[in-house]
Amino acid sequence: MSALRAVVAFLLVTVALLMQVSVMSHLAWNGVVPNLCLLVVVGAALVRGPEFGAVLGFAAGVALDLAPPADHVAGRWALALVVVGWLVGRLRAQNGAEARPSAGSVVLTVAAASFVGSSVFAFTGMLLSDPAMGVRDTLVVIVTALLYDVVATPFVLPVVLGVMRRTETERSRATVRRETRLEPRPGAGVGR
Amino acid sequence: MSSPRPGHQRATRPSRGREKRWRGLERLEGGRPSRALLVALLLASVSLITLDQQTDDGPVEAGRTAVGETLGPLQAGAAGLVRPFAAVPSWLRTQDSLRHEVSTLEAENARLRSEQATSGLDRNRLAELDGLTRAAEDGGFTLVPARVIGMGPMQSFSRTVTIDAGSRAGITPDMTVLDNDGLVGRVLRTTRTTATVLLVMDPESVVGGRLGDSMEIGFLRGRGSIDDSGELTLDLVDGTVAPGEGDTVVTWGSDGGAPYVPGVPIGTVSQVWSSPRETAKFAVIEPFVDFSSLDLVGVAVPSGTRSDRGVLEADGSIR
Repeated sequence: MSALRAVVAFLLVTVALLMQVSVMSHLAWNGVVPNLCLLVVVGAALVRGPEFGAVLGFAAGVALDLAPPADHVAGRWALALVVVGWLVGRLRAQNGAEARPSAGSVVLTVAAASFVGSSVFAFTGMLLSDPAMGVRDTLVVIVTALLYDVVATPFVLPVVLGVMRRTETERSRATVRRETRLEPRPGAGVGR
Repeated sequence: MSSPRPGHQRATRPSRGREKRWRGLERLEGGRPSRALLVALLLASVSLITLDQQTDDGPVEAGRTAVGETLGPLQAGAAGLVRPFAAVPSWLRTQDSLRHEVSTLEAENARLRSEQATSGLDRNRLAELDGLTRAAEDGGFTLVPARVIGMGPMQSFSRTVTIDAGSRAGITPDMTVLDNDGLVGRVLRTTRTTATVLLVMDPESVVGGRLGDSMEIGFLRGRGSIDDSGELTLDLVDGTVAPGEGDTVVTWGSDGGAPYVPGVPIGTVSQVWSSPRETAKFAVIEPFVDFSSLDLVGVAVPSGTRSDRGVLEADGSIR
């Protein structure tokens, strides 16, 4: 089951990466395209929680760092997306794992995640002076990316959440089955 | 009464313990998250950054090549699927915009015709001189055609593209990439089927340029500007020279033609300002190439390079 989950998540990230680099470039707005990898990580973390989110964030980030035509110092997107996956997962854990997030809260989460992700990436860039960009330009890019990510949310997040929930329901069904198998045992112990 | 209670408790204790153990497993599945995992992933990211920052040709570069080899053909496929649809907006145009374009083209035609009439002599002399230099330069260079199949997002703050020709087509790092308008950039790294190109508008890019009118040399840097114009700054070596607006800038070329071959047009001077503190003059260059719609490009390879596709020789023939 967990192998299937990993494969599905991996496929989602690959498709997102290809779309982002080869397809979305036709819709680029001043070079900014929707960060589909970030959206996939947000969707997965919303359904699965912080640990899955952080692990998938790391995988998606390394893919973004290494896949052509990336030329920045590798590991910067990995760091940014680990933080995003973890924070979004924590948000979901605090709201209760079973509650389905409303459309509005998903959009807000994406906006916050996009801001945090792009900012962490830009901040590491400034620390390493990887490309020395001005603060004003950096902020403009971060805000543009945030807006574009929010615009892309209604097209991407339902798909990601749907796919994640499909594999999730299988898993939780298995969990429920195991719990029902366990439940009678303590009861029997007390009875004796 | 007191004795059964402890006994009762003793009997329940092991089962509670078992329950706890199961809860512990549940926790791993998605209950309370473990900090250790987060810390491990953060450390992994940081060590990846350090590894890439410290080593030039280490495991990270191998990883880039491996990922590039696998994703390159997929990128080419995805770009090929989308290309017909990307052309759709250019079919839908208003009559006004077409009429406007016709009138601009007519005006340009007239201007060019008059220029041609006066510059025949100059052209002939230039052609002779060109022929001489070209012969001295061992036959010029050969172009390998390629298409852009991927564009790096601006969120990564660098301007790079992937093209669908790699080491099999005879491309190696540090080769000049141009299109029919002018200089595009240089090759950073290659896989078998793809190559990553650093555009001249990237803030990390530096190109040696020569002003067409005064033959003065300088360095062109990407401004890292975030709009699609992709403006460059020209930093002249001789601070006393004032570049005129509208001057053309071409590459002055590097030793052995790598990374830049000489004589490729880059752009025109659109703005000039001087900085009294640094006693230097700067010019803003508007490139000839439209970076937002890059598609067909050529990579300048040495003459006689073996390639997996037809190449354009310096004399215009296709091999």
